[in-house]
Amino acid sequence: MSEAAMTSTGEVLPNGLKGVVEDFSADKQAFHVPWGKAMMWIFLLSDTFIFSCFLISYMTVRISATDPWPIPSEVFALSFGGDPIPLVLIAIMTFILITSSGTMALAVNMGYRKNRKLTFWLMIATALLGASFVGMQAFEWTKLIVDEGVRPWGNPMGAAQFGSSFFMITGFHGLHVSAGVIYLLVVAFRVKNGFYERRGGNYEIVEIVGLYWHFVDLVWVFIFAFFYLW
Amino acid sequence: MASSEGQQHPLTIYFWIWGLLFVVSGFSYMVDYLQLQGALRWTLIIVFMFVKAGFIVGIFMHMTWERMALKAAILLPPIAILIFIALMSIEADYTFLTRIEFFGESDFVVEPVHH
Repeated sequence: MSEAAMTSTGEVLPNGLKGVVEDFSADKQAFHVPWGKAMMWIFLLSDTFIFSCFLISYMTVRISATDPWPIPSEVFALSFGGDPIPLVLIAIMTFILITSSGTMALAVNMGYRKNRKLTFWLMIATALLGASFVGMQAFEWTKLIVDEGVRPWGNPMGAAQFGSSFFMITGFHGLHVSAGVIYLLVVAFRVKNGFYERRGGNYEIVEIVGLYWHFVDLVWVFIFAFFYLW
Repeated sequence: MASSEGQQHPLTIYFWIWGLLFVVSGFSYMVDYLQLQGALRWTLIIVFMFVKAGFIVGIFMHMTWERMALKAAILLPPIAILIFIALMSIEADYTFLTRIEFFGESDFVVEPVHH
């Protein structure tokens, strides 16, 4: 990276630590990105703390539980006629979310290339993958509640805290995915019908939606590691 | 590179990261599938988790190409979470030991599941 960077207005900015001081010093724009993007990042930071609180409380109840913690590998195993395969549905959900992250990254790229048609279809593909993720989650919840008898206050497999941790963490994440699907659809159809063309042809909104969507995938990475694999 | 122009990068980098995310996710699934246990299991889970998180934040969310002020504002505050984790694990250990002390070892019996 060079010693200095130039913004679109021709202003020359120093990089590195000197750049941090320069960017934060009084009475001027701190982040040289569109305001919507800076705001989305700050929202995602706050969301990081919310999910951290959920995962930390899960850690706390799991450490302090005196009953054995149900083994996720067995609880979430699924059988297709033969022997049950451990965590198979969760693995499929993980791959679906990664696939949707890939289509979203491409949509952001196509947005900046002003290829409206491809941006639209890539965002629709992302939304469909997200919706199928929520569908599988609904299936998983049904299986756990109806077949396994897991409740927020207890379950037949072990520590009572398993249910409340599971429903809070995956429920809140599923809510984020559902909101993301709606957000994606709204922006995708606005891209398609020329809404952003009439506002100067700026497609940074696609990158902002992308930030939200990648964050949902990011949270899943942590849930997968700590709740399902640990 | 000033990011006010928008993030524009060659497509190959996205395909590479996409592929790598699949491979690393496959690795983390294998940790469970092969039933690795103990310190090896926990180390691998953490390593694969952070590799995936790094790819997503760094490349897909374009953090690598942002200016240091934005990187610092977003990536430094989560360090506080580490302190929170340390505090709560000490507290949880204390709760566990207190429960053992006053209520004794668990006498949990598996209930039959009624379908």
